[in-house]
Amino acid sequence: MSAIAVNARVVAALGMRSIRQTFRRPQLIAPIIVFPTLLLAIQTGGAGGAVELPGFPPVQSFLQFMLAGAMMQSLMLAGNSGGIALAVDIEMGFTDRLFTAPIPRFAIVLGRLAGTAALGLFASCWFLAIGLIFGAHIEGGVAGALLAMALVTTAALAVGGIGAAIALRTGSASVVQGLFPLVLVVLFLSTAFFPQELMIEPAKTIAEYNPLSFVVEGVREPIIAGINAGDTAAAVATIAGIFALGLVLSGRALRHRLRSG
Amino acid sequence: MMEAATARVAVLPAWRANLATIGAMMARARNELVRVPGAAIPGVLAPTIFFLGLNGVFGALTQLRGFSTGSYEAFIVPVSMLQGAGFTGAAAGVNLARDYEAGWVDRLLVSPAPRWVILAGTVLAASARALIPATFVFSIALLLGAGFPGIDGLVICFAMVAAMAAVAACWGSFLALRFKSQSAAPLMQSGMMALVLLTPAYAPIALLQGWLRKVAEVNPVTDVIEAARQGFVGSVNWADTWPGLLALAGLLLVLGGLALREMRRTAQ
Repeated sequence: MSAIAVNARVVAALGMRSIRQTFRRPQLIAPIIVFPTLLLAIQTGGAGGAVELPGFPPVQSFLQFMLAGAMMQSLMLAGNSGGIALAVDIEMGFTDRLFTAPIPRFAIVLGRLAGTAALGLFASCWFLAIGLIFGAHIEGGVAGALLAMALVTTAALAVGGIGAAIALRTGSASVVQGLFPLVLVVLFLSTAFFPQELMIEPAKTIAEYNPLSFVVEGVREPIIAGINAGDTAAAVATIAGIFALGLVLSGRALRHRLRSG
Repeated sequence: MMEAATARVAVLPAWRANLATIGAMMARARNELVRVPGAAIPGVLAPTIFFLGLNGVFGALTQLRGFSTGSYEAFIVPVSMLQGAGFTGAAAGVNLARDYEAGWVDRLLVSPAPRWVILAGTVLAASARALIPATFVFSIALLLGAGFPGIDGLVICFAMVAAMAAVAACWGSFLALRFKSQSAAPLMQSGMMALVLLTPAYAPIALLQGWLRKVAEVNPVTDVIEAARQGFVGSVNWADTWPGLLALAGLLLVLGGLALREMRRTAQ
């Protein structure tokens, strides 16, 4: 078997372990699926009248508008949960055993990220299904839905890289768990839940420059209006940037961990 | 500390012994807070972030026809305070599950203290602790321009917060003793989150979507929110207060009863 095939098998095995781990632990799956679904239902029902506000973009319903926000919340928390699970592995000594195995070090991190990406894909399917069941249209059709799924999956991979870097650097599940409020702050200060033009200052200005807003708009456009090359390109560029940052930080943290033991 | 309290209460009349035990349990919860102050941070941060986030995101909703106030800060602050109470009460459940896993609950259950006293200690400690995030969120709201609700409005709001934390602690204790594992934490938190937010939390009841309006109309916490909110969006009156008190009494009776039953089952 070639080296690439062996590495792919390692990544797939670790990715599957990561997915199983998430579905077996309520503490890990609840933030990814239960909380965003609950908030989607409550925000749609509670703030649904917002579509009548002057300046609100033309949408079929508030649920249609909110789907992208729910997916973003889910993928951000998937990245955080992936980091927590990796930190638990470090605390329990599982990662040390992997370090002594004859597998490349990057495969250990990639395996975890593959699991996070798979959870992102699951979340995108979950929320698109919820949207369709409750009457939301996907204006971009099948191609639009696939684009949204692809963007959410890759964004989960990218955000997971940041979570993995923090887990590798600190080796502490409680530190990574402590980032949970920060995830909420970043989400609220983006266009995940409301159009930027209608937000209140200073959230309005921060949301304009928050990288997450570019990803949100890239996921939202195919759902509420149809595929838009500009929004898609901005989202892809932002995801690539976050992924590169996560990769560099993870690489450094991994080297630091191997040096310090 | 508990042993000393038990020795002291051995010679006291029953009611004083019970009060001393409740006091000892509340002191234990206070010591946890004093010794690990960082443990209180998530309980304070979460409702504060929700308050600031919801205000920044949904603040423009006050422009909708039928909105009862022009200040979204004033409208949403009681919700965030009650949400903080929900988180704090649920955390009491998580702590009880942790205590069970560590064997501490078993030791409590073989003590001569009545079950309801043990539960009351846990629940009252959560009530007192919930005043910390509520005070923090209220202070932030005042700084951001939410009007002062008046002494009567403030007292009613804080009373609702303390009682809501007691409800959440009963719910958390019930689940902790049912599942006997900290893994039940998401259920404790999401249950309280749903109870508080499936109400006119984000907008007045007339502006809610059909299904949520129906749920909010039968959700007892709607009356609690309306009672806590009245001073912030208008004047305080008995007609808006008593339904909230009645709802809390009912919730405490039902969830307290469930928690107590689970505690008796655990002891058996």
